Amino acid sequence: MEIFSARNIVKRFATQTALDDVSISVPEQCIFGLLGPNGAGKTTLIRIINQITAPDTGELYFKGERLRSSHIGMIGYLPEERGLYKKMKVGEQCLYLAQLKGLTKNDALRKLKYWFEKFEIQSWWNKKVEELSKGMQQKVQFIITVLHEPALLIFDEPFSGFDPINVNLLKEEILDIRKKGATIIFSTHNMESVEELCDNITLINRAKCILDGNINSIRERYKSNLYQVTFHGRFDKSMVKLSGDFEFFEEKKSEDKYSARIKLTNGLTTNELVSALLPAGELCSFNEIIPSMRDIFINVVKETEE
Amino acid sequence: MNKILIIIKREYLTRVRKKSFIIMTIIGPLLMGALFVVPVWLAQKEDQEERTIAVIDETNKVDNQYSDVHGLFYKKLPETPYTKFEYLPNTPLDSLRKNFSNSKYYGVLFIPSNVVTSNRAEFFSSKEPTIDVKMFISESLSKEIQKQKMIAEKIDVQILEKVKTNIGVNTFVWDASGAEKKSSTELAMGIGYISSFMIYIFIFMYGAQVMRGVIEEKTSRIVEVIVSSVRPFQLMMGKIIGVAMVGVTQFMLWIVLTIGIVFIAQGVMQNKLGNESVKSIVSQDVMTGAGIQQAQSVKADESGMGEMKEIFAGYDPRKMTKIIFCFLFFFLGGYLLYGSLFAAIGSAVDGEADTQQFMMPITIPLILSIIVMISAIKSPDGPIAFWFSIIPFTSPILMMARIPFDPPAWQIGLSALLLIITFVGTTWLAGKIYRTGILMYGKKVSYGELWKWIKYKS
Repeated sequence: MEIFSARNIVKRFATQTALDDVSISVPEQCIFGLLGPNGAGKTTLIRIINQITAPDTGELYFKGERLRSSHIGMIGYLPEERGLYKKMKVGEQCLYLAQLKGLTKNDALRKLKYWFEKFEIQSWWNKKVEELSKGMQQKVQFIITVLHEPALLIFDEPFSGFDPINVNLLKEEILDIRKKGATIIFSTHNMESVEELCDNITLINRAKCILDGNINSIRERYKSNLYQVTFHGRFDKSMVKLSGDFEFFEEKKSEDKYSARIKLTNGLTTNELVSALLPAGELCSFNEIIPSMRDIFINVVKETEE
Repeated sequence: MNKILIIIKREYLTRVRKKSFIIMTIIGPLLMGALFVVPVWLAQKEDQEERTIAVIDETNKVDNQYSDVHGLFYKKLPETPYTKFEYLPNTPLDSLRKNFSNSKYYGVLFIPSNVVTSNRAEFFSSKEPTIDVKMFISESLSKEIQKQKMIAEKIDVQILEKVKTNIGVNTFVWDASGAEKKSSTELAMGIGYISSFMIYIFIFMYGAQVMRGVIEEKTSRIVEVIVSSVRPFQLMMGKIIGVAMVGVTQFMLWIVLTIGIVFIAQGVMQNKLGNESVKSIVSQDVMTGAGIQQAQSVKADESGMGEMKEIFAGYDPRKMTKIIFCFLFFFLGGYLLYGSLFAAIGSAVDGEADTQQFMMPITIPLILSIIVMISAIKSPDGPIAFWFSIIPFTSPILMMARIPFDPPAWQIGLSALLLIITFVGTTWLAGKIYRTGILMYGKKVSYGELWKWIKYKS
């Protein structure tokens, strides 16, 4: 079931078009990656989803209804440029922002208590934000984002500026929140996290959608018939059969190992490739190289710019 | 609507709990009181410097030759405990000229032989004489010459003293029913002056607070989180109204404290300054402010103290309520007008340093208002006062200055209506600039850019 969709969004600013007929579809309980180079239009789309700005044309649907202001309480947002009132106390500020999201004071207090205990930060309640370190502030910001248990969470570059420990913490929490039923959209450049976390992605470049869908299907699509093989000891190339049907790349020879990348050029099956290689030596490992999201990202962007 | 209330509450509490607010609350009335007392006290102190002025009186010259007779003014010029004259008969002016600063004299008064017909004397010194000394000498000489002329005309000086009169005029105001209330022009001027000044200061002070708050939210980036929960207009209005309430609270506290201090001060001053009445202090300050030169010091008026109390007591409580109510209205109206513009500026820039270029068009009408007020208060029903009290950008200050003089109700009403329409307009305009500006970073904003933002559709 789809929890959110944007259809044919167009957004123009005075000098340029930020979004040109962009559409995304986010299934429920999905972790959805919004990817793209800087300036592609991701943040604009995110702001539109959060009803901070409105599109020129296009429609947005949340839980089957047209997106409207009453949905604000069901959406959580952690912007890329994060900030808090420096001179305000942590507890008071969390309460204030929670109330703006629509929580009653008592509800907010209860939930804050839960989160502060979970992160073991009860002692920060009366501290002013400026007294906290950056990492501590990030934790507070995270709590503020998820406090009202939104059905849809949006993180814009959530890992930027986080130290590795907090990055891990954030990843765990994202998975945990998804398990509890929420859906998550996040935009990032951190391709490892995309592979780790995302189910679906959309790649935007220069205001247009250039790639979207389920991650695994995409990676399958961009397979380029590359294999990684390693042999113990010697490798006798002359013993390889059907040598016209594949190419060797990046061969590495050492005392006790031989490894290479092999590209299939003719429609050989995997089994046929293995059989062709076996006579040449003692096979140690054999892997299909499935392209990383990073490589796909770079290639697709390059393609569309040519 | 509820969300605006949450924002107002936060904006109000954060500012009211600050130490600076509490300090201002206490210092404010003290400063006001000092503003009254210090100038007068200083003016009195100044004149306690001891001075000896050399007098070269050449009225005894006959055919440009010194004679044995003393000059007309020999030992005749009145002195004070601090300013004395030393007469140097038959001494040429040039003998004192060199190294004058090393002599014991403050200056040299040179009375030419034809002073009675030329009406001119000369004063020489190594430093510019103070205005008090200059006026004192001028007065002393004039008095003495007057005396001499009267003697020449055979008028008895003693009869003149008896005949001298100083009439005081008590003012009363008739209201529509013909009932009579004792009034005081000086008091009205004082109230008009002070209250319009206060509106000026408040608008600046609280407008700047709004602007700073907007800039803070922008630079700390918290604004993006907030506008994912509320609309930008709600945030802007919440902040403007919250700060307005801080201003009103501050003002109310000041009134309470000032009334307390004034009553204490009246008692203290009664003892310390003797005959100098509170009324004359008020008058002096107001007159000085209004640029009215006072040739003589205000005569001590024994009935002045009683008169003052009578005026305060008799000062129609209805009128006082009217004044306070009008103050609140025009303060709020002016503040809402300018405050929204301050919010717009704050949203358009990336830091306080960039606000300069936009501050000018806002501060000019305010400063102009005060300059106009200072002279218009002398003629509160004149055309300048009238027009400036109707035009919305200057009306808060000018109409407030006129209120103690009971301008016609229709004028107050018209001014109020125009003010309301205008601040609704500026708020709407500011809202359009604000909602785009708060998310815009790094762009050097010009007026043309602002105009574009105003035209963006919602």
